[in-house]
Amino acid sequence: MVKRHPYLFSLLLLATAALLSVAIGTVFIPPMTLARLLLARLMGFSIPADLPQAYQAILFQIRLPRAALMMLTGAALASSGAAYQGLFRNPLADPYLIGVASGAGLGAVFALSLNWPENLLGMYTVPASAFLAAILTILVVYNLAKVGRAVPTTTLILAGVAFSSFATSLTSFLMFRSNTELRRAFAWLLGGGAIGGWEPVLAMLPYVLAGMAGLSLSGHALNVLQFGEEQAQQLGLPIERVKLLVVLAASLTTAAAVAFAGIIGFIGLVVPHVARLTWGADYRRIIPLSILGGGSALLLADLAGRVVLSPETLPVGIITALIGAPFFLWILRQAKAQAYW
Amino acid sequence: MLEILSLSLAYADKIVLKDVSLSIHPGEILALVGPNGAGKSTLIRGVSGVHPPRSGSVIVDGRDLTLMSEMQRARYLAVVPQARLLPAAYTVYEAVLLGRTPYLNWLGRAGAHDHAMVRLALERTSLLELADQRIGELSGGEQQRVLLARALAQDTPILLLDEPTTHLDLQHQSNFLNLVRRMALEKQLMVLMVLHDLNLAGLYADSVALLANGSVVAIGAPGEVITAKNLTSVYHVPVNVIPHPDYGTPLVLPDGRLDPIVSTDANSRRREPSHSPIR
Repeated sequence: MVKRHPYLFSLLLLATAALLSVAIGTVFIPPMTLARLLLARLMGFSIPADLPQAYQAILFQIRLPRAALMMLTGAALASSGAAYQGLFRNPLADPYLIGVASGAGLGAVFALSLNWPENLLGMYTVPASAFLAAILTILVVYNLAKVGRAVPTTTLILAGVAFSSFATSLTSFLMFRSNTELRRAFAWLLGGGAIGGWEPVLAMLPYVLAGMAGLSLSGHALNVLQFGEEQAQQLGLPIERVKLLVVLAASLTTAAAVAFAGIIGFIGLVVPHVARLTWGADYRRIIPLSILGGGSALLLADLAGRVVLSPETLPVGIITALIGAPFFLWILRQAKAQAYW
Repeated sequence: MLEILSLSLAYADKIVLKDVSLSIHPGEILALVGPNGAGKSTLIRGVSGVHPPRSGSVIVDGRDLTLMSEMQRARYLAVVPQARLLPAAYTVYEAVLLGRTPYLNWLGRAGAHDHAMVRLALERTSLLELADQRIGELSGGEQQRVLLARALAQDTPILLLDEPTTHLDLQHQSNFLNLVRRMALEKQLMVLMVLHDLNLAGLYADSVALLANGSVVAIGAPGEVITAKNLTSVYHVPVNVIPHPDYGTPLVLPDGRLDPIVSTDANSRRREPSHSPIR
């Protein structure tokens, strides 16, 4: 079933993860109550009077938006990770490789260190600043990596890694110098989903959807690119246009996710590899399956973070690496013999 | 007919190809030989559009390939590179299907005709049974055949091969080149093939171009080009060229050993190297 019906399996997993994620927490919402609440809202009925108001508030104001945020973020990170791996033909590639995530982190900490949240744009200064910084990072890295009219993959990675270190140390510097409260910056950097409610979900939705749509359409081009840029060109692929499109789509997706949910590692690296190990090398499958799998993975990681030390909530970024790393090693061991990359 | 007209190409400011002109008729194989760094692979890169030439043109059917988009060009010309560093996880079928790229849209959805062309290419290269194997599980000779099958699926009148036999053993070299010959004749392809091995060039090519320092030094029938005089002037070592006992094609014997050969078997005798080439 897992092998033969990849999409069905991934959808079922996502639905299960989403249901568990909205039902479980400091307050448990019983399955029947959950079903009636969801059904009533979906059909537009008024909420049945025998259900406690608290359930309604918890479900619609807290759990559902958080689940949606985690699902979108996981999907965004995993699909852009898959695209970066394909574009750079590098199994270690993930959203951090070309510096987009670190750039976004710098932007966010910069906003936090200025204590902007008290001012003009309120709580949106942090994500807005992160998003802007991420977009700036792509522009800088892409232009640094340019050799003549072409952007060779190796120089792109080198420029990205160098810029990433630069941004990370600037971030540390800002945090070191800052006399405002560092806990918030730390929480954001560890991927807290610091802002609650539906606003961040709605704010990131257009970017993530547009980016993921672009990535989902690039599967064939990425397949051709796996044989190297020279062969891809000889097979008729306009490679400079393909590279630009994939970099833009993946970076847009990453930037939106990082800006609103903080820095969450490992999802972008692990999920595409699990998809590849399980269902083969074809990027026309890997990208949509990474979208579904990334959503499930982050939902489950977030659920674990809320349950383990309940009522304390652990930042999801800690959980992804804590569970993700051993899980990844286990998967890798299973597939040792296969020529899968 | 494929005509390469005074093609020049430079990396940064270094001229690597100077005024190279060649022509190939349908059904004909032209072998490109010459020392390392002569510009053989560069010529393939220039003609296939990977590195745009500085001047000159590549004409086929009265159209200039250097002015075309990647996709248009890929319908005229397919390249068989050396089978190295191929992505191991793709199946043979998936890899050969990528040969249809110039006819597919952005999404790469293949139709019945595309699948038929892939099957035909697999059949011609005896790869049908291996269609579902991953590339990483194949031998070097099989991988090289996958790349030929991909180029055949591309269904172009021109085929360029860049040292396709360098990493193959004797049996696979011979099988591969016979396959290329058969395809060239059957489909009336114009084939330009870079070969390191002068004996294989002499045996399998209809004509040979000898390249040195980015220019064509000699071009013509194998027997006219592969001569001791030409080779010595280009490779800077003494060689001996004798006719193939069965075909009369030129065979190159390296002749540059400095110390005499002392052997210990029954027929042992000392030999002085003779510097008298037959041709």
